[in-house]
Parts: sequence; C-alpha cells; structure tokens
Amino acid sequence: MIRFDAVTKEYPGGSVAVDGLTLTIPTGEVTVLVGPSGCGKTTSLRMINRMIEPTRGLITIDGTSVLDLDAATLRRGIGYVIQHAGLFPHRTVLENIATVPRLLGWDKGRARTAAMDWLERVGLSDELAHRYPAQLSGGQQQRVGVARALAADPPILLMDEPFSAVDPVVRQQLQAELLRLQAELQKTIVFVTHDIDEALLLGNQVAVMRVGGRLAQVDSPQDLLARPVDDFVADFLGRDRGIRSLSFTGMPRLPLHSERTLALGERPEQGSPRWMLVVEEGQPLGWVEPERLGSGAVELSDLNRSGVVAAISASPREALDAALSSPTGRGVIVDETGEFLGTVRASDVIALLEAERATS
Amino acid sequence: MIAAIWAWLTSPESWSGSDGIGARLLQHLGYSALVVAIAAAIGVPLGLWVGHTGRGKWLVSAANAARAVPTLGLLFALALWVGPFIPGKAAFLVPSVIALVLLAIPPILAGTYAGVEAVDPAARDAARGMGMRPAQVLWRVELPCALPLLWSGVRSAVLQVIATATIAAYIGLGGLGRFLIDGLAAGNYVQTAGGAVLVSALALVVDGVFALAQKVIVSPGLTGGGPAGSGRWGRPRVRREIVLAPGKPGEASGVVPTTSA
Repeated sequence: MIRFDAVTKEYPGGSVAVDGLTLTIPTGEVTVLVGPSGCGKTTSLRMINRMIEPTRGLITIDGTSVLDLDAATLRRGIGYVIQHAGLFPHRTVLENIATVPRLLGWDKGRARTAAMDWLERVGLSDELAHRYPAQLSGGQQQRVGVARALAADPPILLMDEPFSAVDPVVRQQLQAELLRLQAELQKTIVFVTHDIDEALLLGNQVAVMRVGGRLAQVDSPQDLLARPVDDFVADFLGRDRGIRSLSFTGMPRLPLHSERTLALGERPEQGSPRWMLVVEEGQPLGWVEPERLGSGAVELSDLNRSGVVAAISASPREALDAALSSPTGRGVIVDETGEFLGTVRASDVIALLEAERATS
Repeated sequence: MIAAIWAWLTSPESWSGSDGIGARLLQHLGYSALVVAIAAAIGVPLGLWVGHTGRGKWLVSAANAARAVPTLGLLFALALWVGPFIPGKAAFLVPSVIALVLLAIPPILAGTYAGVEAVDPAARDAARGMGMRPAQVLWRVELPCALPLLWSGVRSAVLQVIATATIAAYIGLGGLGRFLIDGLAAGNYVQTAGGAVLVSALALVVDGVFALAQKVIVSPGLTGGGPAGSGRWGRPRVRREIVLAPGKPGEASGVVPTTSA
C-alpha cells in the first residue's frame, strides 16, 4: 500500500504543484491519477520514486517513508514507464529490458532469460530481441518500456502517460494488454493520464485532480460517473456519462432473437424478409437485402457490414451499440469464439437496464 | 611540375634518413597524436561535465570564440613568452603543443557537449527513474549516446591538427612542415608542393582510420544500422486473433489478421 499523507510540493518562487494530497493506493490494484495539465498528477507520481522530493508531508510504501530509503535503491524496486518509452537508443531491446536486473547485480545469463521472458509476456516476438529501439514502431517501443519496467518483477509500477503518444488503435491494444497483464500479475499500479476514458477503463480507483494540485475526488469508475462531487468533476467526466457508465454495468441475460440466415452463394427464397444475416461456418459476415441481390446469389460484395458485433459477455454499452449500428436495428451477438448466437434490439437492452434500476 | 613532385615522392632517397619522408611522417603523426590526446583529455571530461550538469555552458562558447585566435601568431607569442623559461629542446616543443592543443580543444569540447546535450531527455529520465546513479547515467547512457557527435568533434580536431602541425617547423621542430618551410627557404618548390601533398594525404588517411574506428565504438542503434547480419528493418508482426467484426473478403469469417504494434 502506498500512502500520501498531506503531501505538498512547492517550487522556489511559490508555485504549488501538489497541495496537501492525502491518498491511499491499495496494493494489487490500478489507481489512476487523472486531471487537466498542471494539476500535479505527474508530480505526485514522481514523488513516489523520489524523482521529485516533496516539500512537506509523508509518502510511505507499506509503512516506510520513501525518504528513508536510498533513492537509487528505492527506484530499482519500482517499475517506471514514461510517455515516450525513453528506451536507450544504443542498446538492443533485450539489453534495454535487462537494465534493472543488471543494476541489481544479476548475472548476464539470468538477466537475459528474464528479459526474453518479459519480451514474450508483453506480446512481442523474440525476433525483436536484438533490434535497436529506432527500428521499432511507437507501440512496440512502449511495450518494450513496459517489459523493461517489469523485468525485475517489482511489486509497484509507475506509469506516466505511457500510451498518450501512440495512435488510438495502438493505444487501445496497449490498454487491453495492460488489463490482461494486470489480471495475471496484480501489481500495485499508479497510472497518470489526462484522458478520462483511459482512466475509467483502466482504474480500479480513479483520483481526479484539479489545477493547483488538489484532489477533487477518489472513487471507483462507476461511483465517479454516478456521483461526481462537484461541477469540476462532472465537467471533467464530460458528456455521455449515462452511455459511458454502461461500460461498467453488468449485463443481465440478454433475450436473443433468432434470425433467418443465408450462406454465401445461396439464393434466397421468394418472400424472404427485407434483411437477412449472412453466416458462414457459424460466423456472421454481414446483412443482405434479398431483393437487391444482383445475380440472385449472395456474394461478398452484397454485404452490409455497418453493424458492430458484440460478444454475449460484453457490457450493455456494446450490446446497445451493436443494435444501434445495425442497419436492421437488430444487433448481432456472438459467443467467445465469434460464433453467431442471435440478435438483440436496443429496446430489449434498455428495458433490461430499466428493470435492473427499478430493483436496485 | 607534377612529374617532378611524383618523382620526389617516389624516390627512395626522399624517404630514407633522419630528415627523409618516413621520419618526418612519423614525427608529424607523433606530434599530432600527442596534441589530440592532450586536447581530448581536457575537452572530453569538460564537455561531459557541462552536458551532464548543464553548468558552465559559457566554457563552450568561450572555447569557440577562442578559435578566432590565429594559431601561428599564438605560436610565436608562446615561443617568445614561455620558451625562455623552458630548458633544452622542450623550449620549442612546449609552445607548439600548447598552441595546437588550444586549436584542438574547441571542436572536441563542443562535440562532446553537443553529444550529451542531444541525449533524449526521456532516456535520461528513464535511466534515473530505473535507479541508475548519476555516474551510471553518465557512463552507461550519456557517454555512449554522445559518441557520434563526440567522435566527429575528435575527427575535426585531428584534421585541423594534422594540417596545422606544419607550422611547428617555423620554430625549429620537425614533422612534414619541414619540407614546406625548408622548401620555401631554399626555393625548392617541388619539395614544398610534395610536403603539402603528404600533409593532405596523411590527414585523409588518418580521418579514414577514425571513420572506421567510429563503426566499432558507436552503437549501431545510434547510426540507424541494424544488428550485424540482419540488415532489415522491423516488419509489423502479423498475428491471427479473433476480432468481433464481420469477416473480410477472402478470409475466414470473423477472423482478421491484426497488426500487433
């Protein structure tokens, strides 16, 4: 457990970066510090591993003040991931990952073995081991940055806007990977971001900070969306809060409707419904309008793919999105292997959510 | 004329003896090596210190400004001021070495400083944040990353010193400068021109050696090259994973190859 106790950071000249921060960061969970620029979130993070020293107040890790430890020793026991990865350009990927183990005095063989292991665990091919950072994409560099932070298996991981410099598609992948890794590793993660959606997605606990370095609210993502304490937090959470909160709500059992399906190359019978779902080997491909089929048989070019497909285990938000994005108003639901199960209507989802709300 | 120079350069008599080309070449190399070694011993640590701490940047500017001082004038001044206090042959050697060291320090200092300055701040931050001590940050990150610029500073110092070391002959020292000075004095222009050719050739050859050395001491990660034997850039890795989206033409439905970044 990491505790901030009335921690203040003042710079000479009187500017206050962090003002009386008191916060408990539970072990084995992800705590996200989020806020606009200048709110002191990065300063707070960097005070944990003494990259910045507090002016007043106490920061403890499992009861020991960080100031009682030698700074370099403290840092070797805490994983550190930063925005631009900060890989060492003159060292290969493997050497980069092995940095902390080597600093801790592990022998070369053991450090290399651990580095290879982490390379794989962050989803990178071992072909990359002997490349240099300049030869990697931004997303790959960031994965190496995460592997490097985890290489000596520290219990705590500090991540300072690690995914903000990569494109949105890669960012989503990295976020998903982090959640997967965390489910496995259960590290105490302190994550800084200015992106509230990222905070809500990754955090078990989200601490919203306001300009001037003051803590505005700490809560779980659900509670934050449901009960923002003031206008600042409400504004920072942004619009679409009702929709977004559906990402965190459990999905009641969906009533699935069956569909008349077609296979590729099949000719629909006379009197078919206006839209039919094309399914090939159990997997949904898209919708077709039998009346508009040029040659009479279903071809790939006839498919309407506008509908988003949701998994049966997905959140209400995804089920709703599947229904709303579908040309038929019926969202396609699949099982974990992508096999077609049935369709769902937006009204079904809404009815379920309202019933849920009425009983809770 | 060219034929005469060629004949002088290739005749065995010009090469032999204590005042032959061979001996002069070695003297010239010896002076230059001594000068560059002293200049590097001063310029590199100073440049590392300025770059690492961010303090004393005026030193780099001052050294650059000092390049405006003409080396020949400085040499005479030093020979007149310092020479009388130094016994024996060193009375000539010391002023020449000082003048040339002052010529060689600015490029080395500026190159080293610029090299450290150019180190990615994120790499430096990561190094500190992972628990490297200041000296480890310097030796393991800043110095290796500064090497390309540091080394080009050294190379430019070497070129300048080899070219300018000819002036040491003015105050009675050896080296290839003797051919130029003596040739001029005796009206032997073949020898003068031959000496100039030798100085240029020496500078080019030594620079070539330094360029090769650069390939050995600078990490391929900094020069854009790949690891030996690979010779190709990273390909995005294609992985098959289940994506909850309608299939694409020509592929198994529901499964699209995604590029993992």
